[in-house]
Amino acid sequence: MGASAAVAVRHLTRVEGHGNIVVDVQDGVITRCDLEIVEAPRFFEVLLKDRPADEAARIACRICGICSVGHATAAVHAVEAALGITPGPKLRLLRRLNMAGEWLQSHVLHLGFLVAPDAFSEGSVLPLAASHPDLVKGALRLKRLANDICSTVSGRHVMPISYHPGWMGYWPEPAELEALRGRLAEAAADLDALVEGFAQIQWPALARSAEHVAALEPGGVYPMMGGPLHSTAGRVTPPAAYAAVLQEFVVDHSAAKHVRGPGGDGSREGGGTIRVGALARISLAYDRLHPRASAALERLKLAPDSANPFDNVPAQVVEAVQAHAEAAAAVEALLADPASEGPAAPTRPGGEGIGIVEVPRGTLVHHYDIGANGRIVRANCLIPTAQNLASIEADMRVFVPALLDRPKDAITHALEMLVRAYDPCISCAVH
Amino acid sequence: MNRPRAAFFSFGSCEGCQLQVLSVEDTLLELLAAVEVVNFREAMDDRRDDYEIAFVEGSVIRPDDVAEIRQIRQRARILVALGACACLGGVNAIRNRRTPQDLAGEVYGGRQDGVFEALSASPISSVVQVDYEIRGCPIDRAEFLDAVRSLLAGTVPYTPPYAVCVQCTLRGTPCILERGLPCLGAIARAGCEAICPAYGAPCEACRGFHDAPNFEALGEAFARHGMARQMAAEKLQLFNDYREVRAAWERALPSPSDT
Repeated sequence: MGASAAVAVRHLTRVEGHGNIVVDVQDGVITRCDLEIVEAPRFFEVLLKDRPADEAARIACRICGICSVGHATAAVHAVEAALGITPGPKLRLLRRLNMAGEWLQSHVLHLGFLVAPDAFSEGSVLPLAASHPDLVKGALRLKRLANDICSTVSGRHVMPISYHPGWMGYWPEPAELEALRGRLAEAAADLDALVEGFAQIQWPALARSAEHVAALEPGGVYPMMGGPLHSTAGRVTPPAAYAAVLQEFVVDHSAAKHVRGPGGDGSREGGGTIRVGALARISLAYDRLHPRASAALERLKLAPDSANPFDNVPAQVVEAVQAHAEAAAAVEALLADPASEGPAAPTRPGGEGIGIVEVPRGTLVHHYDIGANGRIVRANCLIPTAQNLASIEADMRVFVPALLDRPKDAITHALEMLVRAYDPCISCAVH
Repeated sequence: MNRPRAAFFSFGSCEGCQLQVLSVEDTLLELLAAVEVVNFREAMDDRRDDYEIAFVEGSVIRPDDVAEIRQIRQRARILVALGACACLGGVNAIRNRRTPQDLAGEVYGGRQDGVFEALSASPISSVVQVDYEIRGCPIDRAEFLDAVRSLLAGTVPYTPPYAVCVQCTLRGTPCILERGLPCLGAIARAGCEAICPAYGAPCEACRGFHDAPNFEALGEAFARHGMARQMAAEKLQLFNDYREVRAAWERALPSPSDT
């Protein structure tokens, strides 16, 4: 006779959206081990249909408040690909600056507000503000800076305004960029403190191999603005064939479709599961990190080939440093040549386009068909959290047997921490 | 002093309005000194039901939502709707032009059971009485803080009764309707500081309408600037397509699919 345990968490806290953890173990046999995704579907792929292509970014960003710059970027990439628009280098740089702002905002929100309470055994950031005021105040300053980067480029972070296919509706003034330069320089100390703070934290040991996937940009830069899909299984897939690497399928207990890779059936036993996000990007592109981010990787003792999903947390710390360095570099480059760049024009009225970006939680794909009347005929959105769901459940299956000698509360908390380590964004995943 | 107890809930939405609340970084700790937050799933483990003020984000979009919002209404002394989805239906209401069967067929291969269950989308006020609305997609951080201060002082949160055009003019943004962008500022309720035109996008009336909108005149203004009157209707569908909201404009501006 083995141990028995039952865990039922309704509406897991400190994650974006609504998910339940349900685990049942009878006499040492796992009978259920699910992350139920109970967020109600909003059918964004249908909402996008028949709308003019210029609206795509402003509709798609409403998929998610936390990831709205990522969705706006993927949407304009998809429309630009469909209409044969080639955005100029400065426009791409301006968008990269905004993405760096969103990465910093999202990672700091997760690290400082959603995960740090676990590390210091608190229920929320509120008691942490009393027990670790420097950590919380530093995180708040970094979040403020990240918000202000996005406000400078696109008016606000949540629902960015200025995104159009081939152009940006606003170009920051040199004085605004100079203000950001000063703020970015001041923030270096808060990032150092963030790295030091997280270097003290010991995460649970758990190892389960999965195929890590990220869209690597040409030119050796750190993956952010999209490109071919690379995987730790050695696959390199052009964007047009994304559906072969990221295969969606419907499961009974999740309003978000699951995704499997080409290496298996994506079952909860682990075959063909993939991981995307900070740890996956570091697995595939640690040699592209900025020197300050590389130093953070060393300080955090993070192994780039780690198979421990909890290492996604220190990986996000490394990427917060990377995002800060990216933002600083983009601001310098834009200040060196501050004149706005004119719009890039469409070369065809309609067509099919795929937009890929690396958002904080992983690889985001928007795929549109645009009719000759300039309206969206069909839309498909493939969300990072959905790509991770099968891996989360496979990890839970590996993790649960190691937890069975603990009290029920401790098992529950450990599983909650595992799910949170992926920083799931459930509104996005269901969309 | 006893701090009032507040709770945050989300229905069908992107949780972006709650993120705006978490993004009042400079004032967050001050806010928490004035209000005791007892339930905020996105940020904290504690979940208590002894709240006095409920902030509710999102639209009612599936059967369970109805019972849940009724229970929140029963417990809360003051219920505040946050954002376009909660106040107007927002982008969620676009789906109401299709049947739930049609939606499920397109996205889930026809599955409509269990987690796939979906209703047409409605604002919170279609199910329970809403005491105050903080509008916008997303809500504005400063306006949220102003509203909280008003609630603490026992006064009514202010929302401007005039058009986005007023704030656009005050801001000095050149008119983008005159540049040929389909802007709804003339009928849209202000309070956003006319941020969208300032950043090069047309106003899409995410805050609903001001006190005296003239939709005929909007259609004429579109026509005068070389855009079809129907385009005004099409833009209104983005945030103002819930049937009772649409009733305000559909006679003046028949939408393309109605004609």
